[in-house]
Amino acid sequence: MAALIAQRIAQAIIVLFVVSVLAFVLSTQIGDPVASILGLQATPADRLELRERLGLDQPWPVRYLTFVGNVLRGELGVSYITQRPVAELIVQRLPATFELAGVALLFSLGVGLPIGIYAAINRGHWSADAILSLSVIGVSVPTFVIAILMIFVFSVTLGWLPSFGRGQVVQLGWWTTGLLTPSGLQALIMPAAALAVSQVALVARLVRAEMIEVLRADYIRFARARGLKPRVIHLSLALRNTLIPVITVSGIQLGFLFAFAVVAEAVFQWPGIGLLFLQALGSTDVPVISAILLLTAAFFVAINTIVDLLYAVVDPRLRAGGLTGRPAGA
Amino acid sequence: MADQTEPRPRLRDSELLRAFLDSTQAMIAFILLTLLIMAVLLAPFIALTNPYDLATLDLMNSRLPPVWIDGGEWPYVLGTDSQGGDMISLILYGMRTSLLVGVLAVALSVTIGTILGLISGYYGGWAGTIIMRAADVQFTFPAIILALLIGGLAKGVLTPTAQAQFAIPMVVLALGISHWPHFARLVRGAVLVERSKDYVAAARLAGRGPFTIMRRHLLPNVVNPIAVLATLDIAFAVMGEATLSFLGFGLPPTEPSLGTLIRSGYNYLFSGEWWLVIFPALALMVLVVAVNLFGDWLRDALNPQLR
Repeated sequence: MAALIAQRIAQAIIVLFVVSVLAFVLSTQIGDPVASILGLQATPADRLELRERLGLDQPWPVRYLTFVGNVLRGELGVSYITQRPVAELIVQRLPATFELAGVALLFSLGVGLPIGIYAAINRGHWSADAILSLSVIGVSVPTFVIAILMIFVFSVTLGWLPSFGRGQVVQLGWWTTGLLTPSGLQALIMPAAALAVSQVALVARLVRAEMIEVLRADYIRFARARGLKPRVIHLSLALRNTLIPVITVSGIQLGFLFAFAVVAEAVFQWPGIGLLFLQALGSTDVPVISAILLLTAAFFVAINTIVDLLYAVVDPRLRAGGLTGRPAGA
Repeated sequence: MADQTEPRPRLRDSELLRAFLDSTQAMIAFILLTLLIMAVLLAPFIALTNPYDLATLDLMNSRLPPVWIDGGEWPYVLGTDSQGGDMISLILYGMRTSLLVGVLAVALSVTIGTILGLISGYYGGWAGTIIMRAADVQFTFPAIILALLIGGLAKGVLTPTAQAQFAIPMVVLALGISHWPHFARLVRGAVLVERSKDYVAAARLAGRGPFTIMRRHLLPNVVNPIAVLATLDIAFAVMGEATLSFLGFGLPPTEPSLGTLIRSGYNYLFSGEWWLVIFPALALMVLVVAVNLFGDWLRDALNPQLR
């Protein structure tokens, strides 16, 4: 187990190293920090002085190390566009994205689990087949299309829900939350639901596949032979073993929700990290782009490492060898 | 998906055909796909207006609603856009671009992934390690973010004329690069299984070079799983193109694709001209559903264990 942990952490470090080099190259090759800080009217002497002050005249390995050191201290540079520290921008936007992705995860598990269980228990019945076909549609509709359709129905036609923004938010220390006000909750429903639709379909399909597998096991057949009620067999014996992969997969799902939040945030003008990323991309605001790149990589590496280790905790066969047993489709 | 890496006897065509005729889902998906592809290929002949040819547009016919709503006019069944372009024609041309981008992007992923997968599986060693590590690194990163990054940075670096000129290649590149590791893993897994088998050793002893062994003996083992993954990946690439274009980091408005149509139509959603965005969105859904259903069926049909 210790060797496995060491191996996973080594791998995580490699990933972070590669992404940090990428972010560093981005920030040195695209755009000119001197020009963007001083403007075009600056004198050559001023430029030279700023170059030295920023350390831009150093050889690149030194500059890379300085870059990493700054990142580790939380100094992510200054946005070219807003002229404010990137770290401040990110901290400001983080709560919105986390609330969106978190509520979307709750939606996708809360709806996907029961649907998957139903489809597995009633396999072969027309209603279960219909659910399976519907789930194909669920994974086939891009998030932004679902978002647009929702806006068309609930904002434009019915006028029930706001089509943009976060509503009224409450400040809790540095965290801003929309979960405590009626308008904040109203504004959260559509983005979270739009984000959750494809994940609902994925969860339902996964739960169905796992549960069908479990229902074939010998101990389930013995339980049936013993005359236990189907309810007990399904919900207490089978479900427990189905949930193990689902719990680990939901970790990966949180990552995907985080990634696709970019799309939902763009449609609903949700003031989160994703919208910040798109705005930065649109204006080639390199410090913001590379900071978000690093943050995303760190977040995904953390999730993947935890999920891999969870697999090993759950399935002892994975502890000795490598991690080849992890399903590639997860 | 571990079973995909195992060797599998090649299926006789008759068996595949029988599986096909047995499955209503496959039939529906196949008919839908054939209709869509035919409509898209015949677009220049059946379309009322051509978005690339301004002479076919008539501003007198602009902003017509669908025919079943007051003010709608034949033959513009689904209405017209602000320049008098017929919605059905726009969707056909848009789907053409979307499918072209999707197929080219997948072709790029398959090419990169297969070559790197073969190299890393057959030779192993440090080259193989580096390739698979690169794939691992990329796997930890969501493909859509990577594609956005490539598309967005290309926009920042290229001049506007170059952007317009290289719009399609840039999107193909962004989507193609973001998905190669899937194919590399698939191919590598299959090659690792086959490499140690006697017939490969025999071929080597008979003096066949590595290139011939890879092409004649290793590659045929992965054709089926590659076909399945590539089909499903076209659905991903079509959605990816639409997402990139919708967010403004894909194709420009001058190049109508389903994504750019939805993007430009979205501006009119709140002014009541809903048909400009809803119909392209539905067209995108139908296209991706058809590809996914077909891919799902292909996966089950080529994999007897799942049947």
